[in-house]
Amino acid sequence: MNWTIAIFQTVLFVALAPLLAGFLKFCKCRLQNRRSPSFSQPYRDLLKLTRKQPVISQDASWLFCVAPYIIFTMMILAATVIPLIAVDMPTSESADVIVLVGFFAFARFFLALAGLDIGTAFGGMGSSREMTISSLAEPAMLMAVFTITMTASNTDLSGAIHHILNEGATLHPSFVFALFALILVAVAETGRIPVDNPTTHLELTMIHEAMILEYSGRHLALIEWASQLKLMLYGVLIANLFFPWGIAQSFTIGALSFALVALVLKLIVLSVFLALAETVVAKMRLFRVQEYLGFAYLLGLLGMLSHIILESTR
Amino acid sequence: MNIETQDFYTQAILSMSALVGLMSFLMLGQGRLPRLILVFAMQGMLLTLTAILAGYELNSPHLYISALLTFALKVVFIPSMLQKQVFAMNIHRDVEALKNNTAVMLSGASLMVFSYYVLQPIIHTSSMIMLNALVVSLSVVLLGLLLMISHRQAVAHVVGFMSIENGLFFAAMVATDGMPMVVELGVAFDVLVAAVLFGIFFFHIRTSIDSLDVDMMNKLHEVEK
Amino acid sequence: MILTLAYGAILLSLASACFALLQTRFTAMVFLLLGLSGALAIAAGIGELLDQTVLVDNLKLGLPWQTWKIRFDGLSAFFFLIIGIAVFAVSFYAPHYTHNEQKNPASFAVLSLFTGLFIAGMMLVLLADDAFMFMIAWELMSVASYFLVAFQHENSANRRAAFLYLLMAEVGALLIILAFGVVASFADGFTFDALRASQISTTWMSIAFVLALMGFGMKAGLVPIHVWLPEAHPVAPSHISALMSGVMLKVALYGLIRFCFDLLPEVHWQWGVVLLIVGTVSALSGILYAMMQQNLKRLLAYSSVENIGIIVMVLGLSMIFLANNHKELAALGLLAALFHAFNHALFKNLLFLGAGMIHHQTHELNIDMLGGLIKRMPKTSVIFLIGCMSISSLPLFNGFVSEWLAFQTALQVGVLDNGVLRSLIPVSAAALALTAALAAACFVKVFGLIFLGVPRSRHAEKAQEIKSFGMLAAPAMLAGLCFFFGIFPSVMLDFLGGVTNHILDAALPQTSVLTPLWLAPVSMQQASYSPLLILVSVLITALILFFVLHGKGATKARIAPTWDCGFGALSPRMQYTSSAFTMPLRRIFATVFLIDEKVEKTMRENTKLNVADVRYSLHIQDHSWVHVYQPIERGVNRVAKQVGRIQTGNIRTYIGYSLATLILLLWVVSL
Repeated sequence: MNWTIAIFQTVLFVALAPLLAGFLKFCKCRLQNRRSPSFSQPYRDLLKLTRKQPVISQDASWLFCVAPYIIFTMMILAATVIPLIAVDMPTSESADVIVLVGFFAFARFFLALAGLDIGTAFGGMGSSREMTISSLAEPAMLMAVFTITMTASNTDLSGAIHHILNEGATLHPSFVFALFALILVAVAETGRIPVDNPTTHLELTMIHEAMILEYSGRHLALIEWASQLKLMLYGVLIANLFFPWGIAQSFTIGALSFALVALVLKLIVLSVFLALAETVVAKMRLFRVQEYLGFAYLLGLLGMLSHIILESTR
Repeated sequence: MNIETQDFYTQAILSMSALVGLMSFLMLGQGRLPRLILVFAMQGMLLTLTAILAGYELNSPHLYISALLTFALKVVFIPSMLQKQVFAMNIHRDVEALKNNTAVMLSGASLMVFSYYVLQPIIHTSSMIMLNALVVSLSVVLLGLLLMISHRQAVAHVVGFMSIENGLFFAAMVATDGMPMVVELGVAFDVLVAAVLFGIFFFHIRTSIDSLDVDMMNKLHEVEK
Repeated sequence: MILTLAYGAILLSLASACFALLQTRFTAMVFLLLGLSGALAIAAGIGELLDQTVLVDNLKLGLPWQTWKIRFDGLSAFFFLIIGIAVFAVSFYAPHYTHNEQKNPASFAVLSLFTGLFIAGMMLVLLADDAFMFMIAWELMSVASYFLVAFQHENSANRRAAFLYLLMAEVGALLIILAFGVVASFADGFTFDALRASQISTTWMSIAFVLALMGFGMKAGLVPIHVWLPEAHPVAPSHISALMSGVMLKVALYGLIRFCFDLLPEVHWQWGVVLLIVGTVSALSGILYAMMQQNLKRLLAYSSVENIGIIVMVLGLSMIFLANNHKELAALGLLAALFHAFNHALFKNLLFLGAGMIHHQTHELNIDMLGGLIKRMPKTSVIFLIGCMSISSLPLFNGFVSEWLAFQTALQVGVLDNGVLRSLIPVSAAALALTAALAAACFVKVFGLIFLGVPRSRHAEKAQEIKSFGMLAAPAMLAGLCFFFGIFPSVMLDFLGGVTNHILDAALPQTSVLTPLWLAPVSMQQASYSPLLILVSVLITALILFFVLHGKGATKARIAPTWDCGFGALSPRMQYTSSAFTMPLRRIFATVFLIDEKVEKTMRENTKLNVADVRYSLHIQDHSWVHVYQPIERGVNRVAKQVGRIQTGNIRTYIGYSLATLILLLWVVSL
């Protein structure tokens, strides 16, 4: 029974990811006074891409073809770890939050290699920048997450959420810092404005798009889907870690469906915020990013310090 | 003594102190003067809120007056005055090139740890809220000094000075359950006088060295190199 | 029985050295003996780790009143196992490698002689139970390895590197002798048992600790005393660098652990903080320098500095917990450190052997001159990729497990009372995270530029797959072990539990679970990791994906020229190079390096717009050279000049010196 729900939750995760991307696009278009494509447009795009014949560069090796599968698989594994609508899933025990970061690192490793595989300047540029940004973002993310896990003295996400739920309404100063740090990292890691622009193909500004320039067909579909999944993973991580209320603690139909409704509401709020931020903020120069991520790291550090100083005096 | 076991007032005060500390850090990393002044005003706002909170919880009405004074001086009067000066002197677009921003930030964080270390001996003699408020206010004071060291604009120096006062005020309010009214009024008056004096100084510095960059005052040194 | 195996391993490696001296045509025999030595060492190590009883022996060698004391316990056995695996792998790899590298039989004899002595020296260090024998074995190891570094001595740069190595090794050895001397002066005798029982004051203990840290740190390559490493490693033949980086650095760590955790009567948390800081600095600067290197073996050497830094950092954590009476957490920290040492031995060995394979086939170690080898050397590329993934600590591989354990140890910081420690340790944990992320970036660069893309030189273009079985089998075996211990870390962790139990006299937390399926260092409720479950789900997901997308009706991919946004023809020179790839990080961390970057433009026809030729040169130097070594060098020179003044050249002055010395001595005697 538990396993069925766990698998159902993962499938739900994967299935909802394009919808979130579509909704985000809708919000952004409305905020910028444009007409938006329907919510289901990302699904149609993915379907179209899987039907198309992939074209592979003659300089590409097997790694180029395997990478999309690895990236997508890692994102699915990450989806099994993050509680979507219920905690205490059997799958979430197999990995904690450090392993989650490891999954992201795994996917990124192959994405960057795929960028280098075809031997173009763009691919190398994308890989170089991606690895730079992510290597700065990873410590900031771990700092933010460690603040929570130290409060809960538990690095399992399920356990941490449990702890927060059981504790009732407590004001944690450190959580404020951790939340902001995690939001900043999430923006950087999912390649949104102001760090990267997912809609541009202007060579000097792109990071993620530069690496996947040569992909087409079903390979491109997998990578697109994986990045939509990544966005959703970060969104759910933020929503459920900092605002876990509503998540199902028992596996009854009622609790699960309530949790689903709560989750949808949380994600709607988050994506409206993200769309708003993307509308009002301009993209940064590449060499401002380290200041941005340094700030995220500082926030994480302050969160950690305020946890130690303010919250657990002995 | 974990935070879960404290009452709501304590939790709220602790959150406030965290935010006050955050504002100090934001000021430290801010290169543009109008934003710096804005953050300073936000810190003042947080102090006002803290005063209201403390006044309500401790049932001491004179804290409301403190709150009102703080609001009037540190949220409205001084920031708007500084803002006006900045715009009048046309330096609101100057971006101060902060050298070693990361190093400054990290040394700020280590100052916070240091103030925790310094105040550790009083852990056993005081309540949690007292210790933590003192830690945060001491680090706000130190960060204010750091702000003055790392920025070159005289206006930033004024903000740093004022934020030092903010730190002291916060400690006084939270740790001693509100100062006597007379002291509070005196301090407020001091701040006001300081602000006015600074205004005059700005004027003179500017007319004599044609800039508000304090590094320009290096010219005035006595010994020839 | 187990001790006999260990002796056998040493004797066989000595036998291999002797056999090499004979200069017969049966060179295979040399490596056969070496391989057997490795196999025996593995057997001895595993046997002792299973048995966990301390074996002692007394060899009638050495000075008459100071016979060699032998002790073989879990810690020695664990490092014995590391040596065994490395030697075993090298014995497969070396025959073909040395055959082609070196045509001259005499130089082959020299190489094999010192290889055998080097290995025997390392094994003896692990067996020593008194300071005398320890130092003799240590010197055997250092001096033998000096000759190995100086092997290709025709090149003056190599001689310089070898001399630097010898100098630092000897200074380090001197410091270790001093450290032993300090402790021994409070004890009766030089045996380790006597040292353990010494009544030493805290101050002298701290002095001994600092001396030992510097002495062993010099060998292990801690920043800022690491500079011999990036000079010596690229110079030695690849299988020797593999042994040095993979094993010899671990022997230095063994010395540090033995000295601090076993011989010194107690530990202090301040020492832990020192180790933590030194380790963090080494880890971060090691990987940042590694990133900037173009020479593959130099890069790997710097990456060794990084990994040793991580290990020392975790040892520091363990020491802090131990000093604060959290023994079970100290055990966890030591476990993580030892496991990382093991993992590093595996993958660093693998990567150095891989570098040797690349050099063997292309005669090129400059990353910027390679590229596209994945199509020309497919088997090598897979093996090398596994090494890169392990060292980047990606899940499912062994490097991840030890780093995960290190994080878990660091996150237990809440139990400490000291607020400063509680804020310092998370910061170092974040530095560890940064290190891991930078390592991933670094090895993306390594694999991406060497194996992927289009060849950047004729050498790379003409490269062919390695034909020799042994040369492929050795790294393949190591790669297999990397993967195996990534999925079943509990096999090794079980052994290590016994080791930490013995050294610290403390077991892991009661609730910890280390089974083949689950890994939960503290308790199942706090954190758990199941590599096996993850592997199974990876396979299932990948299969489903494959069948969905490649099932019936899936179109076959079309091979076409690279699109590249439709720009003109691509050339291999358009690809990102090593310095281009690391440019953002170089700029962000500019203060860490001494960068000398030059762009020279020659203009055509005296105009300022028409560029005829651009030359770009980039030189990156280690801060420690300029700020630590050059001042020391200048100081030594100055002192030497002053001392030189007494050399007047006048014979009567020399007689005067003799007279003065005689008078002084007589006075001293009369006291």
